[in-house]
Amino acid sequence: MSSAISLSAIGLVVAATIGIGLFGLRISRTTSDFYVASRAVSPRWNASAISGEYLSAASFLGVAGLVLVNGADMLWFSVGYTVGYLMLLVLVAAPLRRSGAYTLPDFAETRFESPLVRRICAGLVVGIGTLYLLPQLHGAGLAVQTVTGAPPQVGAMIVAVIVVINVAAGGMRSITFVQAFQYWLKLTALAAPIFVILLAWHQPTGVLDSLHGAAAEWAEPLSRAGGRDHPLYATYSLLLALCFGTMGLPHVLVRFYTNPDGRAARRTTVVVLALLGLFYLFPPMYAVLGRTFAPDLVASGGDTVVLELPGRVFPGTAGDLLGALVAAGAFAAFLSTSSGLTVAIAGVIDQDLLRSRLREWTGGDYVAVNSFRIAALIAMVVPYLAFTVTGALSLADTVGLAFALAASTFCPLLVLGIWWRRMSTTGAAAGLVVGGIAASAAALINVAGAPQGGWPRALVGQPAAWTMPLAFITVIVVSKLTPDRIPAGTARSMVRLHTPEAVDVDRGLPPR
Amino acid sequence: MSTPEGPRRVRVTSPRTSAARRPIIPTGTREIDEQTRLGEIYMLSLVQSQLRLTLAVIGGVLLVLGSIPLLFWLVPPTRTLSIFGLPLPWVILGIVVYPVVYVAARIYVRNAERIEAEFTEFVGRQ
Repeated sequence: MSSAISLSAIGLVVAATIGIGLFGLRISRTTSDFYVASRAVSPRWNASAISGEYLSAASFLGVAGLVLVNGADMLWFSVGYTVGYLMLLVLVAAPLRRSGAYTLPDFAETRFESPLVRRICAGLVVGIGTLYLLPQLHGAGLAVQTVTGAPPQVGAMIVAVIVVINVAAGGMRSITFVQAFQYWLKLTALAAPIFVILLAWHQPTGVLDSLHGAAAEWAEPLSRAGGRDHPLYATYSLLLALCFGTMGLPHVLVRFYTNPDGRAARRTTVVVLALLGLFYLFPPMYAVLGRTFAPDLVASGGDTVVLELPGRVFPGTAGDLLGALVAAGAFAAFLSTSSGLTVAIAGVIDQDLLRSRLREWTGGDYVAVNSFRIAALIAMVVPYLAFTVTGALSLADTVGLAFALAASTFCPLLVLGIWWRRMSTTGAAAGLVVGGIAASAAALINVAGAPQGGWPRALVGQPAAWTMPLAFITVIVVSKLTPDRIPAGTARSMVRLHTPEAVDVDRGLPPR
Repeated sequence: MSTPEGPRRVRVTSPRTSAARRPIIPTGTREIDEQTRLGEIYMLSLVQSQLRLTLAVIGGVLLVLGSIPLLFWLVPPTRTLSIFGLPLPWVILGIVVYPVVYVAARIYVRNAERIEAEFTEFVGRQ
């Protein structure tokens, strides 16, 4: 693979990202611009931006690699990533937008009238966000390593620095433009090599050989090609984590606050589903072609198959050019998801940790935007240090654990908080704590060394199927036991969350 | 559609006759704002209609998606069955599932907006 061409392509993406970011700086003026683009982004822009932000390293590189190595069961990853948005649409999209909150801790505090629940949420946002930033940095390191042979820290450092500069410079408004651009770049980068390969191949049947015949066991679902016990349980648990974890990812939530109203939030999500479906048609094709053209990657984990395939199929300049395009798309994936996560984490660090301290230290003589910028730096430094310490976990594994944690904490909080008027503050806190501890324990055991085979390994490897119901049951049981702790303003909250904007009622909060 | 004469006529008739007629109740929004029993019923019916719609969509989608692994589990030949030169699992999970999800989303949004439009018309009526 020609590193010069790929490096210049990555350089172009970086330059375009910073360029569009600086353009955003000129129109980002207020604190509200920084957080939520002043809530004035049209559904079409917003949908491209949401998709651009959501399609991370795990989608761009990880899904193809997983399918290549572990076979058809891994197709559920891209299905789950997409269905997660459908669940988000029907359960939380419009009410969340109508909640009038800037961040998830804001939502928790106004709904449950409790600084304690707010603090737990703030901690979880930082935790889930950091867990999700790790694989982005890992992917960036991997991409630069594949292209140039440089150590993984180099690529991770590049992404970290650019993201902090961009977020600190323009906040959410510039991020919206950057991410909309990056969705289309990612789709082009992933689709173009596939089209070229399919056009250049004269017998299309040869391309699909890996799916048929004696050596095609990997292409069968539930085949244990990935060496897992209880594939049926693992499939269901994964599906549950992805379907219900999406709504709990901090960068996904922040993005919804940029819609002008609840109705726009719904319509935006429908466009997002179309864009995601279009994108996810391509990663499995890389896996199928990879089985034919790059079977050696199966042994090495497969995460680099998207980057290496063009060069394997077309040795020479054509392969170099396509490889450069894919590398550029991969970089767009790391940059966009990392930017979104950093905005979300920085927002929470700024509001819940930094601003009050700054006010104390400076006697009120500070600028709110600067506090956000410092928070952005902190939000990226922590995962970068964690990355250099932990080294490489598989892309999709870490992401899977982040989804399981989100599905076991924020999903019950949001779903029950929006739809169940007898939920108590104590129930909310208990659900967050129990779900959070159970899912994090499973994640830690996984990292420290999973049990050898059998049910323990299946339960710890895919925890959502038990941690998520556990969290829901905890909220419901504790709420039933503490009816006196149901927030006094619940009726008003329900009005705020559910009445359409066209109805002129008292929503209990000043309109923002 | 109500006509503007409705409320105007209310003011010149006696409260007793007006009490029996629905358009004479000031507005649904005031009932909601003052959290009267009636206002709570309005809100409950809105939330319950939306929740029913949501649960119907989730139930339908999860039933369809959830039965796919079960199908592969119980009927092994479906794991390798070939359709248009591609194995069935790849056709379903790689292609068909996305348009289905998109259509489900469209149906949901249309119905959710209809519920909201009906609610707006009902409580907003003078």
